[in-house]
Amino acid sequence: MSTLVEIFDGTAWTPACDYRDLIPGRGVAVLSESGEQVAVFRDRAGALYAVDNRDPFSGAYVISRGILGSRGDAPTVASPMYKQVFDLRDGRCLDEDTAPDGTPAELRVWPVRAGAAAASQLVGAAVREP
Amino acid sequence: MTQHRTSARLPRRLKDLVLIGHGMVGQRFLEALTGQPGSAAWRITVLAEEPRPAYDRVHLTSWFSGTGVEELSLAPPGFLTEHGIDLRLADPAAAFDRAGQTVTTASGDVLHYDALVLATGSYPFVPPVPGRDAAGCHVYRTIEDLEAIRADAGRAGIGVVVGGGLLGLEAAGALMALGLETHVVEFAPRLMALQVDEGGGQLLRRKIEDLGVHVHTGAGTQAILTSEDGRVRGMGLSDGRELPAGLVVFSAGVRPRDQLARESGLPVGERGGIVVDERCRTNDPHVYAIGECALAADGKVYGLVAPGYAMAATAARSLAGEYRDEDAFTGADTSTKLKLLGVDVASFGDAHGATDGALDVLYSDSRSGVYKKLVIGRDGQLLGGVLVGDTESYGLLRPLAIGGKPLQTAPEQLVLPAGLGPAGPVALPDEAVVCSCHNVSQGQIRAAVREQGCTTVPAVKKCTSAGTGCGSCVKLLGSIVTEELEASGVSVDTNLCEHFAHTRAELYEIVRATGITSFSALIDGHGSGEGCDVCKPVVASILAGADNGHILDGEQAALQDTNDHFLANLQRNGSYSVVPRIPGGEITPYGLITIGEIARDFGLYTKITGGQRIDLLGAGVDQLPAIWRRLVDAGFESGHAYGKSLRTVKSCVGETWCRYGVQDSVGLAIELELRYRGLRSPHKLKSAVSGCARECAEAQGKDFGIIATSAGWNLYVGGNGGMTPRHADLLAADLDRETLIRSIDRFLMFYIRTADRLERTSVWLDRVEGGLEHVRAVVMDDSLGICDELDLQMERHIGGYRDEWAAVLDDPERLRRFASFVNAPGTPDPAVAFMPERGQIRPARPGENEQNHAPALVAGARLEVRTA
Repeated sequence: MSTLVEIFDGTAWTPACDYRDLIPGRGVAVLSESGEQVAVFRDRAGALYAVDNRDPFSGAYVISRGILGSRGDAPTVASPMYKQVFDLRDGRCLDEDTAPDGTPAELRVWPVRAGAAAASQLVGAAVREP
Repeated sequence: MTQHRTSARLPRRLKDLVLIGHGMVGQRFLEALTGQPGSAAWRITVLAEEPRPAYDRVHLTSWFSGTGVEELSLAPPGFLTEHGIDLRLADPAAAFDRAGQTVTTASGDVLHYDALVLATGSYPFVPPVPGRDAAGCHVYRTIEDLEAIRADAGRAGIGVVVGGGLLGLEAAGALMALGLETHVVEFAPRLMALQVDEGGGQLLRRKIEDLGVHVHTGAGTQAILTSEDGRVRGMGLSDGRELPAGLVVFSAGVRPRDQLARESGLPVGERGGIVVDERCRTNDPHVYAIGECALAADGKVYGLVAPGYAMAATAARSLAGEYRDEDAFTGADTSTKLKLLGVDVASFGDAHGATDGALDVLYSDSRSGVYKKLVIGRDGQLLGGVLVGDTESYGLLRPLAIGGKPLQTAPEQLVLPAGLGPAGPVALPDEAVVCSCHNVSQGQIRAAVREQGCTTVPAVKKCTSAGTGCGSCVKLLGSIVTEELEASGVSVDTNLCEHFAHTRAELYEIVRATGITSFSALIDGHGSGEGCDVCKPVVASILAGADNGHILDGEQAALQDTNDHFLANLQRNGSYSVVPRIPGGEITPYGLITIGEIARDFGLYTKITGGQRIDLLGAGVDQLPAIWRRLVDAGFESGHAYGKSLRTVKSCVGETWCRYGVQDSVGLAIELELRYRGLRSPHKLKSAVSGCARECAEAQGKDFGIIATSAGWNLYVGGNGGMTPRHADLLAADLDRETLIRSIDRFLMFYIRTADRLERTSVWLDRVEGGLEHVRAVVMDDSLGICDELDLQMERHIGGYRDEWAAVLDDPERLRRFASFVNAPGTPDPAVAFMPERGQIRPARPGENEQNHAPALVAGARLEVRTA
């Protein structure tokens, strides 16, 4: 049975891929309906997370290619560019407060779900139902 | 413009201190003074002659091998500001007036002082021979001197150094490095006459001549010969010979710069040097002199940095009101340890046996190029010694000699090569000075570990300053720190990260012993949490070595850093570069054309790399499989430029083409590159094979390098380029091909098994207990009895190799990962944009993106290929 993973841009849910296509511990990049780039991850336990794909430190759209892990209790992703680590629950950078351009170093967190019915079990901490 | 120093805004009670000279000793004085509580009473002005703050003159020669001026700088960033020190560069003192307590600078400023510190150093002595001012004549003291030498070197052809002392040989090394035919002319009958004895001097000479430097001892310089345009053309020697030369470096000693003091009426020594007392004070209580410009209380002028540092500390304590009797400067240790032109030389204590009744213990082996002499006193105490070719024991012997302690070990055991005598550990008394640059005793180092919680050498360096001068004691420092930690029962934190309380080597052994094949099993059984970008790639690398299938199979895919995950190198804008393997750098015209066609068709930027390959840059994630398809079809494989794995084996053309080559370097390089391709290791690995001693492949700068000899192959290990370049060490000489390859197999496997994460072979070699000797024993003599196992592991690697690109192309599941967007597989990443530059593409810079959303089409039909 296929279970569709979707992200929410504030107005509509964008289909990303089948849940089974996500490799535990890795991410994929998703293009939202509004043309924004979102990084979607599945962790070892099966939870989903979605954050901006743009790395605030390099400006490149590469967060989806980072390595998942944990720091203390926080589930994290490390940017593959300069290795800053971000908390997947709130998108905050755990290494530095501001990006080189002076903006806060944080990733926007996107609501993500896998099959409307299963959302409550599969969805990460950041999910708000529309 | 005269700026008066007593500005009304500052509290009146501040006294003015003027330091003349910002060299190594001057900077050391500032650090010592500002470290004292009493320094708050001083407002400090520094007058510097040179246009830059203090720098490391001891390591000046490293400037020629690429060490930047910033790296040589001794003034830590922010230091001057933090302490409110007014440093005036390129404005030397012109005179001082002791009655009025003022200094006049070259630019005309007049500064008041309450205390004046002279740290004017010394100037190079240039013998008064005719022609000494000719164009092409240099001294060797400042960065500007080096710049001038380099500027002249190109047209010079032949360079002559006048003076075979320490600095002269340094200068000769620099001329060699600049590609000049190099001569050293020394008046004394031997090289480094001050430091080494007759026997040591002879060996040193032979070693230096082996490197191609021409040495003329017992020869004086009579005249510098010039040509019509006023440039140096040669040198007339006292024995009547003429040496042709396009460049001359005078390095015939230094003289104290005491001119300002003389002019102000301060007493100076008969042969120069400002007379000071034990507090480094001149006979004017307001004026101090430290370092090479001073004539110390023991009647000597010291031309070394360590005594200068000690004088700086003495003067600083005196000025801060913290002076104690033990701070008195009454003389200093003139021991030295150096690597001159790659030859290790050390002398310490009473090296010439000047003490009444002193006896020698000598070991000399000119075959292996080792000379060692210990000077033993009447009562069996160690007084000093000379070491040439092997200075390993210097760190231990020097403190023993300076302490004048009776030896507890028979002295002959201290000079015999390891393995011949049961040397055993030699106990050092706590008061023995380990770091003579900063006068730090073993007791202080132990206390730093025991009482101040320093658990690493860097921490001890920071805390005690030990090892931050010439660095010759760092090795001994390491063993003292380890010993003290073990004694206090402290476990050293070598954990990989918060998820594994193990080192990489320990994890490797766990994987080997348990047969674990997945990250989950390893972290659940032996770690905690979810892992991170530190431990996951390490585990991935270990598992890759354990015969685990394709690195993108199953769970392993989640462990790979982005480069390994996409089998290409991530570039700054999120695009990737692709480097096909070109074994040994040998490529057919057809291969070259194919790579060119692929680059053209995909609009890629191409560049020849430093490792004899071709880098294709600017590929989007979704383009990678199509690019590899073309490369694989043309017979290319992945070059693993993305992995911590074997990169390239460079080669020169060898005996097949080269007039000088003595072996087939290309054939060997290709064989080695194919043998070790895909081998995952703690750090990237590079290699090279040179067909003769001319070393065109730069094999000595590689993790393992091979140089052909007429009798076989010499194997060098542990070299690298990068931020801290290191020449490789000779592991074994004149090997036949089979022994050579077996030795490399074992060396690599032993390194992979025991090295830390991201630890280069060079660092590993310095870290492993027993160093090169130990590695040689393991690899060449199987001292640990593990060689069968290492051989088997290498066989498995070679047998199991499969090209990673081809394996991805064969598997639709893996191929699906190569999409910019999982929900729009055909759409390239719109943020990856390029601009044209010099006829190719480069990543667009911020701001250029907005004007240029579409990828710039510079070369080739990019879109057409996408639809294919």
